[in-house]
Amino acid sequence: MEHSHDHHTPEPYKYAVHHSEEDGKKARRVIWNMFWVLLAITTVEVTLGLIWKNIGVSWGAVKMTFIVLTIAKAYYIVAYYMHLKHEVKAFKNTIIVPFVLFALYLLYHIITEGVYSEMMEKWLY
Amino acid sequence: MSNSTVMDSKTAWGGNNVSPYGASYGKLMMWFFLISDALTFTGFLSAYGFYRHYYSSIWPTAENVFTHFPFMHGNHPLLYVALMTFILIMSSVTMVLAVEAGHRMDKKGVTFWLGLTLIGGAIFLGSQAWEWYHFIHGTELGAIELGKGYYTLPDGTVESTKGIIARWTDDSKQVLLLPWREIAGDVTSPYLQLTGQELTEALAAGKEIYGANLTHNEYGHPLFGDFFFFITGFHGTHVFSGVVINFIVFVNVIMGTYQKRGHYEMVEKVGLYWHFVDLVWVFVFTFFYLV
Repeated sequence: MEHSHDHHTPEPYKYAVHHSEEDGKKARRVIWNMFWVLLAITTVEVTLGLIWKNIGVSWGAVKMTFIVLTIAKAYYIVAYYMHLKHEVKAFKNTIIVPFVLFALYLLYHIITEGVYSEMMEKWLY
Repeated sequence: MSNSTVMDSKTAWGGNNVSPYGASYGKLMMWFFLISDALTFTGFLSAYGFYRHYYSSIWPTAENVFTHFPFMHGNHPLLYVALMTFILIMSSVTMVLAVEAGHRMDKKGVTFWLGLTLIGGAIFLGSQAWEWYHFIHGTELGAIELGKGYYTLPDGTVESTKGIIARWTDDSKQVLLLPWREIAGDVTSPYLQLTGQELTEALAAGKEIYGANLTHNEYGHPLFGDFFFFITGFHGTHVFSGVVINFIVFVNVIMGTYQKRGHYEMVEKVGLYWHFVDLVWVFVFTFFYLV
């Protein structure tokens, strides 16, 4: 640190690799709570997959429910198990923003350019 | 987290030992690797979604394909996949508990939870092998891949039958079901039926198919088989390498490597990879098996 020329001294390089017994207890409680949440969502998904024909809901609505529940599950895994929720803001953005942008870009092309494959099938075969 | 540790300069970023992200180089690089890997899976699943809807009228429904459960007879749609999903979520929980134990420098705890994670991963791999076996070998009844011919659909359109998979209604082999649905994409609408003279002609021009490979698929469109092998295979490769990496770290934990180093960050890094594998399965489960 003695070589630092900044007028404000930067924090020494450190990283949270330890926590106390007390914090450990809290962390474990969060872990198990999240386990029940993930289990509950999976149970709802499977049950819905088996009974949706008998309860008079449209396939479109069921599909949307599946997608929403999946994204919720992904959020809980990334935020709590992969700990991203507690990282610094720059870190979060560096991970989330590029992925979401590229994923949306991919989906956009699949949806808009998809029409060409139908044309190709008619011309080529 | 309250107590932090000043890490050795080898794992630190350059530039006055300041990490703009509050994380080590290794952990950040693991995250960047996971982003690129996630995009590969996004590509796979969007391509799957595209073809699934493009061929929606003749696409098989996963719940009609994966109906087996080990040591049980009869129809149990999705039950086995749900169990596999549960096993993988459970192994994610044991992994995060191993990371937590590492934060307390609890070597015994890390060993225990990481050991359970290894077992969970191995069970999942075994389950996947079992499911591949069943998909490749197919049913006793098999199916008929239709040859050249044309059929008129209820709405008046005429379709070529070449390569279309028709399935038997039951063991008596008297009625073949054509996979066209009255309304494309509506999984509840009934299939067209072939009997009598039409059936004899269809059998003469067609070919019997058992199970699935990359070019034929008893359950429906061959692309369904291709995507199944590529997506679950690519994911399975990740699980396999995850188990191998976890095993190496497990051996290091037992040997006390991380205890000597003063922190268990390596467990956290392989933990990120393991959670990612679970995360991908969450999406595969939804987009391949549920919708």
